Amino acid sequence: MDLLEHQGKELFRKWGLSTPEGRVAVTPAEAEEAARALGPIVAVKAQVRVGGRGKAGGVRVVSGPEEARRAAEAILALTIKEYPVRRVLVEAGVQIASQLYFSILLDRTSKTHLAIASPQGGMDIETVANESPEAITRVHIDPLMGLQTFHVNKLLRRLGVPESSRRSGAHLIRTLYRLYVEADATLVEVNPLALTTGGEVVPLDSKVSLDDSALFRHPELVHYGSDDGMDSQETRAAAQGLHTFVKLDGDIGIVGNGAGLVMSTLDLVDQVGGKAANFLDVGGGADATILSNALQLILADGGTKSVLVNIFGGITRCDLVAEGVLDALGTVEVKVPIVVRLAGTNAAEGRCILGRARHPMLVSAETMLEAAEKAVEATR
Amino acid sequence: MAIFVDENSWVLVQGLTGEQGRFHAARMRDYGTQVVAGVTPGRGGQQVDGVPVFDSVEEAVGETGANVAVIFVPAPFAADAILEAAGSEVPLIICVTEGIPVHDMARVYAHLGCRSTSRLVGPNCPGVISPGKANVGIIPGSVASPGHVGLVSRSGTLTYQIMEELTHMGIGQSTTVGIGGDPIVGTSFIDCLARFEEDPQTFAVVLIGEIGGEDEEKAAAFIAENVSKPVVAYIAGFTAPAGKRMGHAGAIVSGSKGTASAKAEALRAVGVMVGRNPSEVAGLVAKLPI
Repeated sequence: MDLLEHQGKELFRKWGLSTPEGRVAVTPAEAEEAARALGPIVAVKAQVRVGGRGKAGGVRVVSGPEEARRAAEAILALTIKEYPVRRVLVEAGVQIASQLYFSILLDRTSKTHLAIASPQGGMDIETVANESPEAITRVHIDPLMGLQTFHVNKLLRRLGVPESSRRSGAHLIRTLYRLYVEADATLVEVNPLALTTGGEVVPLDSKVSLDDSALFRHPELVHYGSDDGMDSQETRAAAQGLHTFVKLDGDIGIVGNGAGLVMSTLDLVDQVGGKAANFLDVGGGADATILSNALQLILADGGTKSVLVNIFGGITRCDLVAEGVLDALGTVEVKVPIVVRLAGTNAAEGRCILGRARHPMLVSAETMLEAAEKAVEATR
Repeated sequence: MAIFVDENSWVLVQGLTGEQGRFHAARMRDYGTQVVAGVTPGRGGQQVDGVPVFDSVEEAVGETGANVAVIFVPAPFAADAILEAAGSEVPLIICVTEGIPVHDMARVYAHLGCRSTSRLVGPNCPGVISPGKANVGIIPGSVASPGHVGLVSRSGTLTYQIMEELTHMGIGQSTTVGIGGDPIVGTSFIDCLARFEEDPQTFAVVLIGEIGGEDEEKAAAFIAENVSKPVVAYIAGFTAPAGKRMGHAGAIVSGSKGTASAKAEALRAVGVMVGRNPSEVAGLVAKLPI
């Protein structure tokens, strides 16, 4: 679960870190009012769950309430990488001496925690990594030992934090590591991290990702995910217990069980000349209700020209899958062909159930390849 | 031979009294696997389909001599179950459970690396099957047939698909290992490749990877130095959108190495044949001179 900037900063403060004073506004008038309270210079920033908002014009530093209102008006009209901006964060301006970069994340290569620091903040960190890799420092942190003093010292040194700001910098690093562990985050990133003219180390931005699998022990954090800014079809999928749904830009709806098999199905559709409209993994042990929900979700998208259901039964029973398909056909009007390929547990029973229905829009296929070809053919 | 599990595997099921544990334990026994014990704290003394249940792994191992633990307990308690099995020095622990918090796994992995001799396969994996000998986990036994091809995979159902294609073409398997799709898993491609290289029953290896991380690239480097047997690979996710959930800090670690094409390239560069889809993979294996 990716948090919005203001949500991440809320966590920063909860864990004991100061952030610039700010307010969330959903209208230009609210932004104007916020600016009046916050001081002569404010930053107005789009709150979206994707990167690159600066380049898209989603961040403006302005003077005075009147300018803040106009900036908010412009930013609230933006759509950044398909995400409409629904709110802005209006934040008190900070006197910046230099911009740094700091993050902590789970590194799957070393299977441990990794802190990354760079004195070149404020720009795309991947660009820094490509152009001046020597400016980036990586420190691995043993999950059983935790963050040590020598880690903090090294990170501060490489960030270029002067001795006079050491306390402030060390507090920031220690606090963010504590937050990372205690909130079960997979990423805590601050870019830019400001060294102010007053010698304070202050987070100007925040990017926090929480581990969805650990939310059961953080009920107080769950509400961050139910916020706006998410694709509505993806939100609906999550609400209906569909394992993973990702919207794509083709016209063939895909339903499968298991991430690997669904990815493989997308690739195969591509190889035979089609384009997938989505990635939908119903997970292991899906029943009729889940299958029916999955199909209805996909059919609700008007751009879909055919649907491919590819199930390899292990825990999942193909007879229940077949019942789910029929349930969807009985619930909504289906105008596009649905190609179904069943294999594994109870596949013969499943095919039998579908065969008996004799629905004009149902097409059965023996193999994955045949299913992909039929689904692509149906779009032509 | 075969690797990890065989006719001498005595399996204890952690979470046997749960719905999943009971269902799959029965399937494992139907396949001929020796399921000797179950463990559920507070349920010691009960039986499930004739299999004795113990309160702890320690008791179960002491009473039955179990040497493989398979875990079906719910995600919030699964890390504890792994550590418990490791604490009783069970040599092989196979964790099927999906959705274990990644911080839990980071701690478990660090602990197993320095303080334990147990091997962990998974979590979030379908398990291990040595056809005709033992099936530990949730792989449908019907898609497997005994033979000389070793399979190692990050996927579940995709593995079944490829096993079925192989079996359909008359190509049997020595062992299939599902290593799991989580960011942190106990057993890597490399661990399995090393074992398959040593296993006299295995003549060739099929490696099934997918986007993300750089395990396939590492496997390629290992194959170049250490594997003499032929390897055929498949990578899923050529058309998957990049970085849907990954922040920039994540991208800096994997860089361009997370893509399917980079993985396929790395494997091809060391002489591994890469199939474009599951059928093509089976076709490539069929043409091997083994």
